[in-house]
Order: sequence, then C-alpha cells, then structure tokens
Amino acid sequence: MSTRLSRGGRLIDRSASQEFSFNGKKLRGLKGDTLAAALLANDQMLVGRSFKYHRPRGIVAAGPEEPNALVGMGRGARFEPNQRVTTTELFNGLEAQSQNHWPSLEFDVGVINNSLARFLPGGFYYKTFMYPRAAWKHLFEPIIRASAGLGKAPKDRDADRYEQAYAFCDVLVIGGGIAGLQAALVAGASGARVIVLEQTAHWGGRAPVDGDVIEGAPADAWVKSAVEALGKMENVTLRVRTMGAGVYDHGYVLAEEKIADHTPGDGRPKHRLWRIRAGRIVTATGAIERPLSFAGNDIPGVMLAASVRDYVVNFAVSPGDRTVVVTNNDDAYRTAIALKEAGLEVPAIIDARVSVTGDLPARARAMGIRIEAGRAIAKVKGGKRVTGVAICIQAGEGSVLEEIACDAVAMSGGWSPVVHLWSHCGGKLVWDTTHAHFRPDATKPPTNQDGQAMVIAVGNANGAMSAADALADAAKGGAAAAEATSFKAEVKAASATQVTEAPMEAVWIMPQGAGSALKAKMWLDYQNDVKVSDVQLAAREGYESVEHTKRYTTLGMATDQGKLSNINGLAILAQSLNEDIPQVGTTTFRPPYTPVTLGALAGESRGEIFQPLRKTPMHAWHEAQNAYMEPVGLWRRPYTFPRAGETHEQSVHREVNNTRTNLGLLDASTLGKIIVKGPDAGKFLDMLYTGVMSNLPVGKCRYGLMCNEQGFLSDDGVVARIDEETWLCHTTSGGADRIHAWMEDWLQCEWWDWKVYTANITEQLAQVAVVGPNARKLLEKLGGMDVSKETLPFMQWADGTLGGFPVRVYRISFSGELSYEIAVPASLGAAFWEALHKAGAEFGTMPYGTEALHIMRAEKGFIMIGDETDGTVIPQDLNLGWAISKKKADFLGKRGQERNYLASPDRWKLAGFETLDGSVVPDGSYIVAAGHNANGQGNTQGRVTSTYYSPTLKRGIAMGLIHGGLNRIGDVVEFNTVSGGTVKAKVVDPVFYDKDGAKQNV
Amino acid sequence: MLILECPYCGVKAEETELSPGYEAHLKRFGPGSSDTEFEDYMFARKNPKGVHFERWRHVYGCGKWFLAARCTATLEVFGTYPAQSAEPPADLQAKIKAKRPDWKGYK
Amino acid sequence: MKRYSVFAIAKEALNYHLGWEKAWASPAPKKEYDAIIVGAGGHGLATAYYLGKNHGITNVAIIEKGWLGGGNTGRNTTIIRSNYLQDSSAAIYEKARSLYETMSQDLNYNVMFSPRGLLMLAQTHHEIRGYQRTAHANALQGVATEWISPAKVKELVPIINIDGPRYPVLGALYQARGGTARHDAVAWGYARACSAMGMDIIQQCEVKGVKTENGVVKGVETSKGFIGTKKLGIVVAGHSGQLADMAGFRLPVEAVALQAMVSEPIKPCMDVVVMANTVHGYMSQSDKGEMVIGGGTDGFNNFTQRGSFHHIEETLRALIETFPMISRLKMLRQWGGIVDMTGDRSPLISKTPVGNCFINCGWGTGGFKAIPGSGWAMAELMAKGEPGALAEAFNMWRFKEGQFIDESVAAGVAH
Repeated sequence: MSTRLSRGGRLIDRSASQEFSFNGKKLRGLKGDTLAAALLANDQMLVGRSFKYHRPRGIVAAGPEEPNALVGMGRGARFEPNQRVTTTELFNGLEAQSQNHWPSLEFDVGVINNSLARFLPGGFYYKTFMYPRAAWKHLFEPIIRASAGLGKAPKDRDADRYEQAYAFCDVLVIGGGIAGLQAALVAGASGARVIVLEQTAHWGGRAPVDGDVIEGAPADAWVKSAVEALGKMENVTLRVRTMGAGVYDHGYVLAEEKIADHTPGDGRPKHRLWRIRAGRIVTATGAIERPLSFAGNDIPGVMLAASVRDYVVNFAVSPGDRTVVVTNNDDAYRTAIALKEAGLEVPAIIDARVSVTGDLPARARAMGIRIEAGRAIAKVKGGKRVTGVAICIQAGEGSVLEEIACDAVAMSGGWSPVVHLWSHCGGKLVWDTTHAHFRPDATKPPTNQDGQAMVIAVGNANGAMSAADALADAAKGGAAAAEATSFKAEVKAASATQVTEAPMEAVWIMPQGAGSALKAKMWLDYQNDVKVSDVQLAAREGYESVEHTKRYTTLGMATDQGKLSNINGLAILAQSLNEDIPQVGTTTFRPPYTPVTLGALAGESRGEIFQPLRKTPMHAWHEAQNAYMEPVGLWRRPYTFPRAGETHEQSVHREVNNTRTNLGLLDASTLGKIIVKGPDAGKFLDMLYTGVMSNLPVGKCRYGLMCNEQGFLSDDGVVARIDEETWLCHTTSGGADRIHAWMEDWLQCEWWDWKVYTANITEQLAQVAVVGPNARKLLEKLGGMDVSKETLPFMQWADGTLGGFPVRVYRISFSGELSYEIAVPASLGAAFWEALHKAGAEFGTMPYGTEALHIMRAEKGFIMIGDETDGTVIPQDLNLGWAISKKKADFLGKRGQERNYLASPDRWKLAGFETLDGSVVPDGSYIVAAGHNANGQGNTQGRVTSTYYSPTLKRGIAMGLIHGGLNRIGDVVEFNTVSGGTVKAKVVDPVFYDKDGAKQNV
Repeated sequence: MLILECPYCGVKAEETELSPGYEAHLKRFGPGSSDTEFEDYMFARKNPKGVHFERWRHVYGCGKWFLAARCTATLEVFGTYPAQSAEPPADLQAKIKAKRPDWKGYK
Repeated sequence: MKRYSVFAIAKEALNYHLGWEKAWASPAPKKEYDAIIVGAGGHGLATAYYLGKNHGITNVAIIEKGWLGGGNTGRNTTIIRSNYLQDSSAAIYEKARSLYETMSQDLNYNVMFSPRGLLMLAQTHHEIRGYQRTAHANALQGVATEWISPAKVKELVPIINIDGPRYPVLGALYQARGGTARHDAVAWGYARACSAMGMDIIQQCEVKGVKTENGVVKGVETSKGFIGTKKLGIVVAGHSGQLADMAGFRLPVEAVALQAMVSEPIKPCMDVVVMANTVHGYMSQSDKGEMVIGGGTDGFNNFTQRGSFHHIEETLRALIETFPMISRLKMLRQWGGIVDMTGDRSPLISKTPVGNCFINCGWGTGGFKAIPGSGWAMAELMAKGEPGALAEAFNMWRFKEGQFIDESVAAGVAH
C-alpha cells in the first residue's frame, strides 16, 4: 500500500494537518502536500478511469506531465473539471471527485469497453457505425460522446475573477530549477532586467530530490542562497506558481500565475495572466521522464521512477511497500536508493541493459539491492493495483523467468527535454542518440523581429543532463541572453559534483520480441488508451506521417498533450516503418505548455465591461427612464421609451404619433461629427463625397454620400460649411470612427501634400433632434436666438444661445417634420436635454428612440445606411443619382461605378411597396420571379430593405430594391415568406408621407 | 504578436496598438484607367511568402500611417518608414538585399 | 479495397488486426496522367474522387508537398452549414452539405457527419434583419433554415446566457441539418476511395514549376521529377499564389492566419454548433468532449501558421459572455491555419489564363464545409473544360466586372 513515512519530507509541514475529501470520503493530508501526495498518503492509488476503455488509472507522475490523475474539484460556481492532482496544492476543505466512471470509481460499467478492447483498436470508429445512415447521429454518436469527455461540465457562472498584466524584460527565464536560477544569476549580474518564472511553489526543481551536490553542499542550500541573491537584485523579479504557457512571435510570452488556487474564495483573483515581452527567452524547463512499454504498464501502482522518488523525498510518501524498479538508465537507481534509504523494500532493479556499470548501480549493489541486468518486465500483474511483475529476458519474446511480488513499479525509459517553448515559434530539434531524445537544435532557433535567435534553451531542457553540465550550460545561456540584449555578462557557473553515469540504452518495447498479445497491453498514451499495437496498426494501414498516426490513434491528443507518450509513440512508428526516428520527425508543439483557464484568458473583460461601453451625456437619463437600449457599435442607444404597461411596439407607435403631432426629442449625440479644415479641405471633400462640397456656402448644409473605391455606398450625412476653410461632416452613428480613419488614410497615404486637418469631435458635442410641429415653439420659449423660418431656413445652421446654453442649431430633418438638430458641448448635454423636456412639457414633449426614428425616415422615403445599403449597393440603385456630381473628374468610387456590372441597367433599384392587404412585408423578404435558376433555386427580382407598420398611415409600408425600380410603379409583385407563401404588394413611390415637404419647410 | 517601430513617434508599438492596412505602394487608378488597371489596383496582390511591404496605422498611438517591410514567412521586420514614401528607402532595400540575396526587389 | 464494417473488425480482431491493408497506396509517379491535382487536402482529394466517380477519369495523380490532409483540412473547426445568403454560395455549400449526409456510406469510411444543428445568434437588431433576410433567401434556395426565438435558442443550448448585459440574444438563424464532421476522416476517406479507383496519391512531392507550351499546360516539375499531364488542377489554398506564379498568372488572393483552439474534454453539454458573429466567436463540442472554438483572422499577410494571441483573448471574452460556464474550463491547445482570402471573400473555381489549367482556392475561413461541393464542381470544370452551374459564378474574371459574391452583406462573417 502507499502510505506516509514517519520521517523526511522536505516540502511538508507535519504540524499543519489539512482536511480534504475524495469522492466524499474525509481524508487528511499535510500542508505542503500536493493533492497527489495526500491521496497516496491515504493509499488512494486508484484515481480515475481512462477515456476509451475505462481502465482503472492511478497516479503515474508527480508533475504537469501526469496523464491519469485528473479530478473534478470544488462545487457550484467553483467547480472545475480535469484538475491535475499532481500540480494541485492541498488546502483545508479541498473537495475532489474522480472522473469518467459510472456508477463509481471502483465499479465502472464502462469497463466493458476494456473487455471489448480487441474489437476497438485505434481508428475503429472510422470503419464502422456507418449503417443505417441515421444511426450515427441518433445512436452511435450519443453513446460515444457520453462515454468520452472525462470531467463533468460546470454549470454555473464562475465565482472567481481573473487579472491580466503586462511585463517587460531583457531576459525572461522560464523554469526555477538550478539551471534557471543559474541563468538568472548570470543575466541578473549583468544588469539586465530579468524575470524568472517557476510553475510550482518551490525553487530548485529536481536537483534537491536527486541528491545533487553543488558548491560542495546539498543542492537545497545552493538553491536557497541563489534565490536570496536574486531577491536582492533590483533588476530581477521572481515569480513562483507561474507557468510559462506559450512563446509567441517577437518575444511575446504568455504565462499563467496561480494566485488563489490553493486559497479559494479569499478575495484575490484566482489567476493572473501575464503577457510578457522579453528581449531573450531562456527556457530552463527541465526534462520529463519517459515510461517504458511493457504489458500492464498502466496498472495503478506503475509509476515513473523519478516521481516515486519525488513522493518519498518531498512528501515522505511511499507509493508502495515493495517497489520493483525497471529501467534502461542509471538515473532510476537513485529511486531505488531513495526507497531503500527510506526503509522501504526494493525487491529488484530490472535493467534492460546487459552491462550495468556506473556509480549509482554500484551504490545500489552495495546497499544489497538485487540487480537483474538484461532483463525486462514481461507483464505486470494486478487489476486496480499492482500485485507483482513477471520477469523475462529483454532480448527475448517474453517467456517468464520469475514472478516477483510487489505493490509498486518504478519505471524509467530515459528523459526527454521539455522543448515545447522552444518549438512554439518554430525552433527545430535534433535527435540525440546518446540520450535517445530530441533536444533543441541551437543552429535553428526560433527567431524574433530582427531575425535573431529569440529563445535559448539551457540545462536539461537543452540536453545537458547532469547537474554539472546543466549549471555550466545555464551560465553560458544566461550570459548569451544578456549579451544579446546589450549587457556585458560574465559566464560564471556553480560547480556540481559529477556523478559518473553509464550510457542509457534506448528501449522502446519490453521485451524486444514481444508478440501481438503483449503489445496490445502496452500502453503509450494512458489517458486516451493508445497502445503499441494501435500505432503499429496505423503504420500498417498507411498512416505514415506522425500527424496521421497521432490523429488516427489519438496518441498525444489527451489533456497531457503527449508529454509522456510522444517520443515512445514516435519510436514505435519509426520501428514499424523501418525508419530512423529523426526521419519520421516529430509533431508540432502548440501552446499552451499546460492547459490555461479560459477565464484567465478573458481577464476582467466580463459582464457589462466585456467590451468598452460608450455613453452619451444623456445616457443616465435614458436608463433612469427605463429606456429599452440597443447596441449600436460600442454605444447603446434607446430603442424606445416604454411606459408602464406598454409593449415596445405600442411605445414606438406612440413616439411616432406624438412626434408627428406634437414634439419629439431624440438623443442624436452618437451621430458622427468630423471637422475637416484647411486650404485644401474643399478639394478633399469633393474627392470624398460623390457630390460637390467645395462650393457649399458658409452657413449652409448639404446632404452628401460617400462611396468606397469599389463604388459602393458606405456612409451618408449632412455637411455644414462652418467658415471659409472649415466643414463639419456628419456621419452615421456607426460610421464616425470608420469614416474618420478613412479620411486620414487618404490624407496620409495618397494626398499627403494636401493641406487638410481632420478631427473627430463626435464625443465633444451632445446633439438633440427637436422634432415636430411644436419644435419652433419650444425653442422660442427657451429664447436667445432667432429660429424663424426667415432667419434660419431649411438646410441652414446658426450659432447662438437657447435658454442660456451655447448652441449650434442645424435646420435639418430626418423625419419630414419641422426639425432642429442642436449641438451643445458634451458637458452641457444632460442639462440641455432636461431643460428641453422641462420647457417642452406644455407642447407635449416626449423622447423617442431609434425605432421611431427609423419608421419616420421610412415613411418619408429616406434611405438608411445598413438597411438600404449592404456593401453591394451603389447610390444609383437608390435613385440618388442627383447627389452624384456629373462634372467632377474624379471622386472615390467613381471609377468603380463605371465597371460593367455596376453600370448595368439591370441592377435592382429602389421603390416603395404597399401590401394589398395592408399587412407588413416580412423583414428580409425577396420578391419572387418566375422559374428556377440552373442550380434549382427559385428566381428573384428584388428584395425588401426596410419594412414597417406605419402608425401615421396605419398600414404596412416598405422600401426595397426591384428590377426596373420606379418604372415598375403600379405593378403587383409577390414577396416570399419563410413558410413558403407570398405576400402581394403594389410597387409605389417610396415617399409615403408629405411628398412635397410641406411639413418640414415651415 | 508583432512589434513594429512607428517611424513618427519612435514607439516600439505592439500589435494591439496598430491597425493593419495590407500591401503598400499600390498605385491608385481612377477614372480614365482601363478595366485591367483598375482591377489590379483593387485586387491583384503580391502576397509573397517572403519580403512584403505593407501599411500599418499607429491607431492607438500617434494615429499616423506608416509602412513596413516584413517577411511573411518568418515575421522578421526589416524596417519601417513614413507612409509618404513613393518607394522603400534605398538603405532599407540594401539591408533586405543583404539579408535575403534571393529577394527580387519591391516591384 | 477491403470493405470496412463491424464484421470486418470482428474478423481482424481475431488476428490482432494484422490483416488490415493500407488505406491508400504510396506509388511512385508515372510519366504522364490525364489529370494532375496539386494539393491532397480535402478539396484536391474530393476533386480527384469526383473526376473518377462522376466523369470516369481515373488516370489521375494527386500531388502533395507534405502529407495528405495536413493543411487546413486538418486544422479547422469542422463546421458544416449552407445557410449562405447569395444564390451561388448557397448552391455550392448546400450541394456540399447534402453530399456530407451520405459521405460515410459513399466512401465506406465513417466521417462522422453529425447534423446536430447550427445556430447563428442575432445580438443586434441589425443582425436580426440580416438573418431574416438569409432565412428568406434560403427558403427560395432550397436550404432548410428557420428564424427562431431566444426561448428556442435557450432550449437548444441550455448552457447559453441569453440575457447578457451587453449583447442579449435576440434570436437565431437555425439550420437543423448543419453540424460537424471528423475533418481528418474526410481527407482519409476520399484518399482511400481515390486510391481504390487506381489514382496515385503522391505525398512528400513538391511542385517546383509548371510547364506550359503555347499557353497550354503540359506538366509539372516536382521534387520527384517531371510529370506530364493533360489537365492541371491547382488546389493548394494558401499557396495558390506561388503555384499561379509558376504557371504565369496572378490571383486576387491574400494569405492570413486564422486561429482556433480546443478546451479540455468534458462530458456532453452542448449538442449544437453556435456562432456569434457580433462578438466574433463560435463554439461546438467534439465527440471527444472538447469545446472547439474559433474566432477572427489577423489583418496581415502571414504564412507561419501562427496567429496573434490577442484574437484568442477577444474570442474567449465573447464566448464567456455567451456561455458563462466555460470560464473554468481550460485551453488545451491553440493553433493557426493559413487561409486564402479573395477580394470578395468568396472562392475561385475557375479556368485560368493558361489552357487546361484550373484553379480552386480562396475558401478563406469556410473551406471545410465546402469540400464535397467544391470537389464536385471542380471535377466538372476539369472534365468538361467549362464550368457547370455550381462553379460558374466563382470565375476569376468577376473582379474585373465588379460582379462580387459578397457574403459579408448578411451581417455575418463567413466561417
């Protein structure tokens, strides 16, 4: 059984007991434990079920490479699936549940898949479940989906918050083991700004566990002094619990800091997402031990050798009483020695190598541990827990020589450098035959904006596998990083006692000649249930590229992203194809290194502020009136102001009727307002608008259209000439920023010698449309300027005061009523708006929203950008030819409009429509034409662009585009409905209301 | 995540401060041009896998448009220069040529 | 070709699956073919398949620089829909969607087409009008879509938040027979079927030049030597520009990065595909349980298959607003693809200025869903030398005429 040892444990505090629960069972651990350590201390080796066959799964590793031990944690709004127990710090009250089983972890009916495993090889689903056709969606897929999926889906909105931060440095060191600290010491001493990230809560990495001796003392002591030294450097920042997740172009690094994972609910953000810009990135990310492929290597109790050592040394937890060590290298002997020193039994070390030399085996032998050279594990015995191993000759086919009883197996297949961060931006790898691993190819690094190497790998991550080599390599790398960012660095490495290790020997299958039955029990990917036989099947079937095999078998696609399985799988594939591993290549590494919480990626941009919110000066008033708001870009505008008991439709109709008979007020502040000024401003506007603006007299207004270079209508609005050199261009609400950018684009990039200045003053002004027969009465009551027809006729503007407010008044109308649009400084907007309401009460003032605005403009036959236009409509289509100058040699869009298709007389053109029965044409409807096209689609001859119930005319009115346009007046056409029917309508003039303009020109 | 130095304000601007504007040094064809000239102006793009001259605006900075020479295969930035340039500066062209001997020139 | 079935699996199981034959052969190139397709992605393989199946042309080679299905076919978000606005788009995407319905049976390879339903959310009044327009267009185009209420959206997607403070869900355009398929399987299934018809799939073979005589294509220079052909189809997505350059013409195409990501797998919680275009994000749940998430494209030319990270952040902000429960899930893997965008964001299936040389590209962010329809139309074009009804509108001369096929019209972005 696995248990807590009575002594030792460098990371635990025996005086601080922590209570937690697993599947409802109350358990105790110690402060400093990982959840994995605490579970093992309670003999909870079985922690989950695998993805496909639902096989029992135990803890395999001690770090982020753990494929099996994923649990659901917390509850309600703090429930989180797929938490890795090996990287979860224990805290009081932690609640964990195992995953992917029903009804219970110990008894899971899904394990039936395991008995059928033979019939469910890699890629089996591509070959079956095809008949009958409907069965995939209704039968097979639901079953597969339900049995896959691992953790439960959270149900609630996240109770935690997340922070995001930026950081900048010359040298970013990722990894706080001895190599990372050494690199940081060298870079820090040079004066470079250094940030060091460590994913766990502790500095030092593996060295203290491995018993390395640095500068003549145990590694722990050196780590402590190194961290102290770095802490004293003002130019160095140290961050624990921060995982370097991804390296992106131009030195951009994403890192996730786990702030409150171990103190949930304490008010701090759960995570902080760091976006770091680094001059150079030093990856000191260590290496990951590989499993060995022998039959039954997935039975709970089979663990990585170094991880076994981690549990013993760091947490005083023994994974088993009797642990068999199986290896192809010397490093695993450290585990045997550590176990023995902890007073545990090591019945045998099974070493696949025929010749076993080196310092560590000698020590093991001296401790009386039995070493079996040239041997292999034929098979692990046990179901939910290891009970023993059967031993055979590595060179043979698996004939059992002997069985050894044990309750744990510590395996080591060698070490693979963590090259993920090196590879994210295209760093290449080279195959190192000595260690049988890929390591960074320093001649093909990822490059930055200057084409220079951007990442420097050091230590284990660079294939420097001993402590002494790693320190030397890291000092060199740290110095190189500092020098590359223009600092003078001195390569000074701490010295470590060199332990002589015999070479490892690559062992990809154990035993070498294992047959099909054994290979079908050798697991490569524990979580996704991919076996040696699956990879061989993929190769046999022609899925020869790594990417094919990976996708066909799902090898390495699980939540550990193949940290344990990639190299072993690749080796099996290479063997199957009779090729060398480097020829077969490696898969692409994608960020993140370990999974990053989505909430952290979204940061504080949630709820109301998930995007910037733009408010007009009257926004608060609208909200106080319970206006129904609609998003217009980042603005929110009142759609309507419903009164108690009114539907939106009713309130919109009331607003229209009141405006047409009394007085309506519209908050038009969002309307774009751009100043264009300068000696060449007139010339510029003549290029920008389809009409002529240069000859607009000062004091007057003119309606204008803007097109893009393709000739399509992009925006419209009223332009006012302010003085000899100044024009004010109104744009649509959504168009202000876009049009201003458009102006700047042309002025800066094409006509840069023209003397024109532009300013977007949209937010400097509040603007109110005072609309209706009583509009003038209200303004006259406020007093201060002459707003009579004679002094301020239609399409003119004037500056003055109204009710003491400094105003600019435009006589323009988008409703067909007597109308003044009045601009005041934004700071006075709310006061002015309220003053209008107060003074206007006697004239029947009501606010109206965007929907009433739309209806009134449609009644009047005015086009709306975004309704009548959609990016494919030219002004000519909308009968706006009058607004296009025939005299101008050029304007933006003119050449585009000359192309065949745009100049064609067959284009659909604007007309009005009245349904025969008075109903409203459905929004989006098309006008049907006879017959079908070559693709069998019903022919069309037009479509509706705006359709409303007109409260004024008390019937449905519509505008739309139709082949023939106004020539079709009088025709009866049919609009389609989604249910297949049609609505008959008569083509009419699009001006439904006050055709002669009698109401607005008063 | 690109960094481009704005030639106006000297800021090494990060991509989120910038707004991209695709190929640079396009010649505008207006009324009087042929259909082919106009089509090329609107649509024909070099789209090289390699050295590309392109427009950027320092939109959340000084607001100025500028031009950049950048490799679309490695994202290396050779240099930036003002938008008011009829062609890439000679020294920039020489620098690119030195780094990419196979480069056929900006035209 | 040995037929795949549950019985075949049972039989092979008894022999530890040692008896399966290769899904496709890996032959050396012949001297000449009746047709060569450059690009063994979904579109290229589908083109070859329908050349054989519909037109009886089987002396065909499909040449691939890397591995078949290794480009955008294998790195997209697997969404299949045909609720397009413009007639020519709706025609080809609906053709494709209908071919997906029977693809597993046609190819005897389970591509796991899952018509689980697809929603495009309307979150502004403008979007409502846009999608209602699409629904009306679809009604005439024979594409089954409907406009549904927020309550119905909530019923179909229980994890959605329809009352968000910024962009409440106002309804959706629903295509009940839209859905997803297993992307790799589409390429593999076509490859197996092409190989079975005797076609040569030549992987790890890079085209270095296009040989023409008197303006007519004669063959291609490759890393495995010269290969002659009577007809050439260029179906290489992001690298179309390079191939066109070799053949001597230019394309209105630019390459940009599009990114996607998946979360860690969880038990089924969403049975439909949801697209939210106002906030730029879309999400579905794979059969493995991963939430598959896609967002917007970068705005600059890029061939690195790496996009800019802030797009991932923007997409997730939008999706967490829409689906608050995903906040505690984790991003497992993110990646980028290089998509080829034309001037109007619609594809090209076209003759070229070079005789017997045909181009299929420009699928932008929406290529996967089109694969069978695109292959069908391209095969017809290559076999007959003239486009059929499906391909006609997608000619490369439309840009000169100004006759665009503009889908952005419908308030949405294409994915």
